[in-house]
Amino acid sequence: MFELFRFAARDKGVLPEHRSSGMLPWLIAIMLFLTALACWAGMSLAGAAASLSSDLDRRATVQLAEPNARLRDGQIRALMAELDKLSAVESVRRVSDDELAAMLDPWLGDTARNAEIPVPALIDLVFVRSGSAGLDQVKSLVATVAPNARVTADAEWLAPASSLLRTLKWLALGLVALMAVATGSVVVMAVRSSLNTHGETIDIMHLMGASDRQVAQLFERQIARDALLGGTVGVIVAILVILPLSARISSIGGGLPGETPVQWWSFPVLILLPVFGVGLARLVARRTVLSNLGDKL
Amino acid sequence: MSSIVQFDNVGLRYGTGAETLSDLSFSLRRGGFYFLTGASGAGKTSLLKLIYLALRPSRGLVRLFGEDMVTIARDRLPGFRRRIGVVFQDFRLVPHLSAFDNVALPLRLAGVPERDLQRPVAEMLEWVGLSHRSSARPATLSGGEQQRVAIARAVIGRPEILVADEPTGNVDPEMAARLLYLFDNLNKLGTTMVVATHDLHLLSRIGSATMMRLDDGKLQDPTGLLRHPPARPDLF
Repeated sequence: MFELFRFAARDKGVLPEHRSSGMLPWLIAIMLFLTALACWAGMSLAGAAASLSSDLDRRATVQLAEPNARLRDGQIRALMAELDKLSAVESVRRVSDDELAAMLDPWLGDTARNAEIPVPALIDLVFVRSGSAGLDQVKSLVATVAPNARVTADAEWLAPASSLLRTLKWLALGLVALMAVATGSVVVMAVRSSLNTHGETIDIMHLMGASDRQVAQLFERQIARDALLGGTVGVIVAILVILPLSARISSIGGGLPGETPVQWWSFPVLILLPVFGVGLARLVARRTVLSNLGDKL
Repeated sequence: MSSIVQFDNVGLRYGTGAETLSDLSFSLRRGGFYFLTGASGAGKTSLLKLIYLALRPSRGLVRLFGEDMVTIARDRLPGFRRRIGVVFQDFRLVPHLSAFDNVALPLRLAGVPERDLQRPVAEMLEWVGLSHRSSARPATLSGGEQQRVAIARAVIGRPEILVADEPTGNVDPEMAARLLYLFDNLNKLGTTMVVATHDLHLLSRIGSATMMRLDDGKLQDPTGLLRHPPARPDLF
């Protein structure tokens, strides 16, 4: 990998070192800044979607809307006893009346705690593994023990949110790909301009016996330096933006399952972005030089 | 001796105009010393460009070092070009490199390590009388100094063929004599010399040299020494 940054002594000064640069490092800095933001957003959304999905896939709720409290409690106890016996079920928990009231408080206020309003009883289920097999067993059992109860997989009611997260994740990764294409295009234009500027020097080098590969290496190394400088600046600024942004997102909360705005592995990936940028810039520079020189003798 | 350069029925045309060089058929023997003369516009520089592989002919066969250079793959050309030293008429020094770095360029391109090129480059610059200007850029050198840097650059790699286009055009008679002495020594070491010049005085200094004369793009070879196969094999 260090070959990426090595500037061979024999190439020293063959191309004027200050020339290729110009605006290129700053353009690359802007590209890498935007790429880092998109990358971070994509990784965070991917993490949140995965976490949400794994949380919900194994969860279901049994809802019993029986107005008669005594009958309701009896059915719930019977249901919990039977559900506990199922091998597909990892845990069964009745949602307490206080929890239900707390959930309804924002909408109904104290009314929810008033016994006059019939509040359905809820049982939270966690399956041993995700899939429909456990859910089918539970539905079958509930139909036998408490026919008026309803079983809902948690994934069903949060499916739109999960789908939105996945869509946003792919959008962010698409932006990363577009930024990579844009960065490559900037490098192509810079290399072509530099090839025109240094055409005479390249001709002399060819007549001295330089191969196209040697000429390409000069451009590659020069572009690599610019990309490393620009990429490092861009990513540092991006991290300075992301850190407080992450903190603010975390502080919003919301109680959604799977809510993980910052993945621990996001930062190593962001830090490696300039290296990817250098690799991309070198590859594009090499191909541009070789394809341009291919027309000459 | 074997021929190092062989042209068979070579023609060269720029664009759609008339042929600049026509029907060139000759061979140069390895280790020979050749002067190429002719009026301005006769095609001397074009002929030299064909020899140092800056151009491909429009027709005919060009063989260098026993290989066909017309159909050769492009990626094999650098290997052959490194065996040819060139002194360009307009010097063609790299403007942002010092005299030292210009002379070192062929060695660096050939992959010679830095520690191994310092001494030969310094010696070469001393030989052409420019050791005190080794860090000067071409723009700050006089025409004669630039020409000497160009000559040093052409010979530093000990090429098998040295092609020089008016190499003494910008130097004083004393330096011209020294350069000719250098060429003669290189030739004695086995380098084939092809020197284009108008300087009749220069021609008389190398007794063993063969004269090539171009008139309107056609090679005059009254003695038959340049023919392939040669008219007088005893000379080869």
